[in-house]
Amino acid sequence: MSQADLVVRRAALAQAPQDYVDLFVAKGRVLGVFPSGSQAAPEGAKVVEAEGLLLLPSLTDVHVHLREPGQEWKETIATGLAAAAKGGFGSVMCMANTDPVNDQAPITETMLDKAARSHPRGPRLYPVGALTMGLEGKILAPMEELKTAGCKAFSNDGRPVSDSELFRRALEYASDLGVPVIDHCEDPWLAPATGINEGVVSARLGLRGNPDISEAIQAARDCLLAEYLNVPVHLAHISSKRSVDVIRAAKAKGAPVTAETCPHYLILTEEACEGYNTNAKVNPPLRTGEDRQALLAALEDGTIDALATDHAPHAAHEKETPFDEAPNGISGLETALSVTWELAARGELSVEALIRAWCQRPAEIFGLPLNRFQPGDPADFILFDPNARWKVTPQALLSKGKNTPLLGRELTGVVKALYVAGKHVS
Amino acid sequence: MTWPHKDLLDVTQLSRADALEILRAAKSFQEINSRPVKKVPILKGKSVILFFAEPSTRTKTSFDVAGKRLSADTFSLAKSGSSLVKGESLKDTVLTLQAMKPDGIVMRHNMSGAAQFIAERLDCAVINAGDGWHAHPTQALLDAFTLTERWGGLEGKTVLILGDVAHSRVARSNVHLLRLLGANVRLCGPRTLMPHAVKSWNVPVFNDLDEAVRGVDAVMCLRLQLERQQAGLLPDVREYSRRYCMNMPRLAKAAKNCVVLHPGPINRGWEIASDMADAPESLILDQVSSGVDVRMALLHLYLTRKERKE
Ligand SMILES: [Zn+2]
Repeated sequence: MSQADLVVRRAALAQAPQDYVDLFVAKGRVLGVFPSGSQAAPEGAKVVEAEGLLLLPSLTDVHVHLREPGQEWKETIATGLAAAAKGGFGSVMCMANTDPVNDQAPITETMLDKAARSHPRGPRLYPVGALTMGLEGKILAPMEELKTAGCKAFSNDGRPVSDSELFRRALEYASDLGVPVIDHCEDPWLAPATGINEGVVSARLGLRGNPDISEAIQAARDCLLAEYLNVPVHLAHISSKRSVDVIRAAKAKGAPVTAETCPHYLILTEEACEGYNTNAKVNPPLRTGEDRQALLAALEDGTIDALATDHAPHAAHEKETPFDEAPNGISGLETALSVTWELAARGELSVEALIRAWCQRPAEIFGLPLNRFQPGDPADFILFDPNARWKVTPQALLSKGKNTPLLGRELTGVVKALYVAGKHVS
Repeated sequence: MTWPHKDLLDVTQLSRADALEILRAAKSFQEINSRPVKKVPILKGKSVILFFAEPSTRTKTSFDVAGKRLSADTFSLAKSGSSLVKGESLKDTVLTLQAMKPDGIVMRHNMSGAAQFIAERLDCAVINAGDGWHAHPTQALLDAFTLTERWGGLEGKTVLILGDVAHSRVARSNVHLLRLLGANVRLCGPRTLMPHAVKSWNVPVFNDLDEAVRGVDAVMCLRLQLERQQAGLLPDVREYSRRYCMNMPRLAKAAKNCVVLHPGPINRGWEIASDMADAPESLILDQVSSGVDVRMALLHLYLTRKERKE
């Protein structure tokens, strides 16, 4: 057994925070977790005093938009990964709707190269390849080439595939390669991406709303296809109770479906759009209190497997327009853990469900590094102060995207340190 | 009274007392509009920009006449052909307007919330002359004024709003204002032209006009946009007019002395039968006159607000 080169002392595990532990790491992997003080740190090992901070596996975000190449004024891989690190993410998957679209190996390779150069210690970046060329929904993208270049999943995110035949063939083709497909569920005929729920608020503000059935109908299609083909489908950023009901029924029948939701659907409702607040304009839109409750329950019982931020940075001037003109999206990497931890602190979500959804399930679904603090696991972890408070201001965010409806809010919970493969990142 | 509002974005900002004050003021300007010389120096030296990013002859002319009768200098800015708005963001347009240091801006825009957007960024008064599907407060006020002139007050009266409610800023503002002033409101139209969440408005909704019109004291027709047909919301105009055209036989089912309104411009035979539009029960031209009275009242209240406070 190799000798520890890093020892984190007096940390608290989320499951039993009263008992302090020491984490021993060797060559980027976990050696073991022991009662604090029970093992002496070997000579020469770096010793980090955690002083009672929570020790958690680093988070995995399977759905972010980093905007590079093509829209570097919104975000770059460097700024996006800095924001990810600040938020406690050890791994992030970036969507293919860049410009040009990530539909060929050189784009994937460029992304990985930019990540390696700006963040050699991590967070780990895993590009998602386009499902169809140019995300146009007409011709399948060269998935084997993209997989070989480093893509961990395929998705048409941002441009939902409404052609069911094409989507079926894409699932079949991707399954040959053993790479999961992520679908952005939205029937674009039923509602263009208007960024506000069809409901009380849209009716009053005089805005065209997006009905929850636009998501649920496509989610139902995907569940049926997954069952019919016996091929896994991962449903992105689920926002509504109706979709949850569809997914729960499909899972009960054994369909290989997994799903994610985002922190903003758990903490906000359509009311956040009052006053034409473009920072609350997101696709799918923020829904109702009933939807929010259903999503919390679905996370708790595992119907929804994972949390993801759908981090979608935009420049301030792009959001400073009338509601209809503003692009959809919320910048979410840095506020994600704080707001979901607050849900746990309030008893709306268990800590177990939170760790399962932020760490365990996303890694399992996409075959990414997973740290359960077992010997041999990658030493990807964070030290988290669940009581520290911070204010969401443009200056406080490392992302170029300051577009969050949480601006001005005081949040609880700060990531004090992130380690990826035993190396201190931030 | 000191006028408490910087901008008029929506009737929802107004208290009942505010609305009644506007109607009272409109009444005094109506008197001026019946004089041989229809000009008073109330707003002499004030400048008002009429910024119509969406074409509208009627509302713009009405504001122009109102401003000139109060001796304000009015300047028009249209979207089409103006370099100011060519691909420029609304924010930059606002900054440009601000630099011209107007006392007031009257704005029409095709996007809901546009009036609020510019009001939040400008020091001068902003009067919303219609934003997207959201609000048309001056139209609602002139409708209320027209009906008040006819009835003496709105208390206990029943008004039917007929047609494309979903896409109508006139409907949204009128539902609120008419109820604020004590009227009962009903809606009628095909379900495709009602907001999905219309229940949350707490007003009776009908899809059968012959039923809806029973016992009402006024019918307010909305303008039908042809593109609703292209958007798949309607079969065709003929079918629409069969079901929802306000005409004399239907008027006979309403309360005695029922009146008919239309914000204009009218499509004769679509929303309103031609003979109905010209009948004595039609208040369409009264609405146009009221428009000038009400807009004079509004320009007066909003543009002299600061001086009155001091
Ligand atoms: Zn998406």
